[in-house]
Amino acid sequence: MTFEVRFHGRGGQGVVTAAELLSIAAFSQGLRALAFPSFGSERTGAPVVSYCRIDDRPIRAHDPVSEPQAVVVQDPTLLHLPGVLDGLTDDGYLLVNSSGSPASLGLAELAPQLQPRHVVTVAATDLARTALGRPLPNTALLGALAGLTGVVGLASLQAAIRERFGAVAGDLNAGLAEQGLVLATGGSRRHA
Amino acid sequence: MRKQIEGSRAVAEAVAMCRPGVIAAYPISPQTHIVEALSDLVSLGRVGTCRYLMVESEFGAMSACIGASAAGARAYTATSSQGLLFMAEALPNASGLRLPVVMTVANRALGAPINIWNDHSDAMSQRDAGWIQLFAASNQDAVDLHVQAFALAEQLSVPVMVCMDGFVLTHAVEDVDLPSQEQVDAVLPPFRPIQVLDPDDPITIGAMVGPEAFTEVKFLEAHRQLRALDAVQEAAERYRDVVGRDTGGLTTSYRLDDAEVAVVALGSVLGAAADVVDDLRAAGVAVGTLGVTCFRPWPLDEIRDALSGVSRVIVLNRAFSVGSGSILGADVRLSLAAEETSVYDVVLGLGGRPVTRAVLRRLLDDVLDGQVSDSVLSFPDLDVDLVARELDREGPDRPQAVSRGELGADEWGKAWT
Amino acid sequence: MDMTEVKLYQIGTFAAGNRLMDPTLGTEQSSTGRSNAITSGHRACRGCGEALGARVVLDAAMRASGGRMVTVNATGCLEVFSTPYPESSWQVPWLHSLFGNAAAVASGVAAALQAAGRDDVRVVAQAGDGGTVDIGLGCVSGMFERNDDVLFVCYDNQGYMNTGVQRSAATPPAASTANTRAVGTRTGNAFGTGKNLPVIAMAHEIPYVATATVADLHDLEHKVTRAMSLHGARYLHVLVPCPLGWGTDSADTVRVARMAAESGMFAVFEAEYGDVTAVSRIRRQVPVADYLRTQTRFRHLFGEPGHPEVVERLQRQADRTIARYDLVGTGER
Repeated sequence: MTFEVRFHGRGGQGVVTAAELLSIAAFSQGLRALAFPSFGSERTGAPVVSYCRIDDRPIRAHDPVSEPQAVVVQDPTLLHLPGVLDGLTDDGYLLVNSSGSPASLGLAELAPQLQPRHVVTVAATDLARTALGRPLPNTALLGALAGLTGVVGLASLQAAIRERFGAVAGDLNAGLAEQGLVLATGGSRRHA
Repeated sequence: MRKQIEGSRAVAEAVAMCRPGVIAAYPISPQTHIVEALSDLVSLGRVGTCRYLMVESEFGAMSACIGASAAGARAYTATSSQGLLFMAEALPNASGLRLPVVMTVANRALGAPINIWNDHSDAMSQRDAGWIQLFAASNQDAVDLHVQAFALAEQLSVPVMVCMDGFVLTHAVEDVDLPSQEQVDAVLPPFRPIQVLDPDDPITIGAMVGPEAFTEVKFLEAHRQLRALDAVQEAAERYRDVVGRDTGGLTTSYRLDDAEVAVVALGSVLGAAADVVDDLRAAGVAVGTLGVTCFRPWPLDEIRDALSGVSRVIVLNRAFSVGSGSILGADVRLSLAAEETSVYDVVLGLGGRPVTRAVLRRLLDDVLDGQVSDSVLSFPDLDVDLVARELDREGPDRPQAVSRGELGADEWGKAWT
Repeated sequence: MDMTEVKLYQIGTFAAGNRLMDPTLGTEQSSTGRSNAITSGHRACRGCGEALGARVVLDAAMRASGGRMVTVNATGCLEVFSTPYPESSWQVPWLHSLFGNAAAVASGVAAALQAAGRDDVRVVAQAGDGGTVDIGLGCVSGMFERNDDVLFVCYDNQGYMNTGVQRSAATPPAASTANTRAVGTRTGNAFGTGKNLPVIAMAHEIPYVATATVADLHDLEHKVTRAMSLHGARYLHVLVPCPLGWGTDSADTVRVARMAAESGMFAVFEAEYGDVTAVSRIRRQVPVADYLRTQTRFRHLFGEPGHPEVVERLQRQADRTIARYDLVGTGER
């Protein structure tokens, strides 16, 4: 089993942390996982890409994820940049941080190869603003990703989140992960 | 203990367990997370009485390590690229003075033009500085090699450089099995310097040696480096006995035994190459990889023996000598001088251009198809259109080789005017 | 009839009355003819103090030199965010060589211009604090000692920001950086370390040394203009807050810079040939604690239990600076 995810966002939105947390969750479930960023110099607001490669066998290759099974876009202003959706497999998933619907973002046109059920938006920034008072969408999106794809379980994800962020922030972010999962898999999920 | 951890952090933990006495730190991308993590470990009291010096430059960093080592402390620093060059004067100073400093080099391209991403030009530029150079192919390697490096350095009184691909390994979070403190202590006894600055037994370190003795000093240094070939192997065996893991040594190989085609490389590309080897093997091609772990001293005999029986060798160079040709490939050819092997020298992944499995697969297919020359330096990931446009701007005389992404002996003159 | 003089010191600018202001008193930045030496489209973080400082400094230098100048830039944030190949924000001749050699490279440029009899072209070197006080110090000192005809501008954001916020010799005591984190027994960067480059420059007795911040852009332009009216080695040290590295709100850059000066944490003055010739008095002194609270790099000093003794020590340090430069005195300077 191989599952590869590519995260797109801007510096300051926790794109690199998202890939790491996913890898830690996978590791805790006995899988192998590799998370790494496409790096540049420190700069808030700049486009950032990170990758997570999950497998049940040891992972040897450290090259970028070119054929992701899932693409997570943490900042919808990046949707129209070249390369953001490159290589997304036919059975893959597209998860976009937005309060708009997939239709309003034109996602079906951008990724026509995907099943409509696999194209989801979650208003992660709004959720984070409410829960944390800050626009950090990554944990809600991770929960949504876990729910959509089943690549890791919510409990593993929440454990990884709690360990990374400590007591107070950990609980709040773990809560966001659950909210993201619920929104992406049922509740008021909207899809193309 | 297996942990999901960033490569830099894993290396910092390993170095901390090696009980350094002095760490000199100056930040440069992509090594920063290593020295930052070590700063935290020192602050948290996890490194005993270790002194952490925040120095003013890399030259200061290596100079501080030289002083620390001469005063009997286990000394460590880390750098990359421009930082390695900034301390260049101090590198042969450390090796010439026989000080067992250990340094991590998070491999990064040399400028100009400034580039913060991964290739091997930094370490390659210092291959003649008299340091032992080890290359990690994975973060697990990196952890294990650092422990072995300290033991090796102190056994031989020669400084050791552990190279790991910047960003690709340093900033990758993956599962690494960290040895325990007991295991590290079993592999690495306390530092007992062969020479130390001590008022109770004053010695002079760093005297001037004139023509009457310089040759002999250098010959002995070279002789010691060749002895290091055995010591590197022994250090790996000792590590395996204690920790139970087969890391280090002079070379590693994957499916090489019955291979007709072999890929030779340093560092993390070996991981991607292994995946491509599996795909080709499934298609019936007898291909394998040879990873060079110990680049300096160059394991001439081991390389020759490992590649005996291989008819085609593809050398993946992640740096090259402008005006001359390949570096790793040149050493491989040296090993194979008496053999009939065809050697294909390719330059890939300069300045952080990713060496993908797709590119490697295409390269191997092209070699098997006879599309790649074995007498020139090839650049498989070159954007030939861009280069052609640039040369056209400069003048009408555009060499043929550009359209094939190759540079040969007769083309050097034309291409570089 | 009694006249009441209305002081406009609250905002420190002429903004309230600039329609009535003599145009010759306006800043270069307010002029439509400004050169935009570093033009828009660069990749600096929002709120970057260095981008603001560089823009003000270089346009003022361009006006002073009649548009005839060459810039030498050290490696660092300014160089990285302004020249992502194949683009460049620079509209002046610009050279980037290495991290620590900007002063020496600039000396070379100045010498070459002199040798060719080009005394109309001026040289401005730019570096961050890392490239000036640490790795650049040798070359800077050499340039000062030779009295080379270079204006060296240090944009001081108090750390190695482009590589991820590590400590430099310009990092203030108690600041948390990536390698001076407040963990274990540490309370951030150590006291008793650090270098005061303006004072080191003064010790070289060069023609002009000045400090400034991006809170007072008139003052900054004035100092650049003054420096450009002189020849020989000149040094300008500009405090530029870094929202990312200092943990400030990106909208607060100017306000935080002002508080640095008004708290006495950063002295604003001019010196010639080693003697202080003018200081910018503190109008309303701000407690150091108020300044520190604006930045998460000092957050470990507050809260439960915090480190009030460290805050007190920083206040005493600021008080010493205020006394040293007579920053709240009433005498004429």
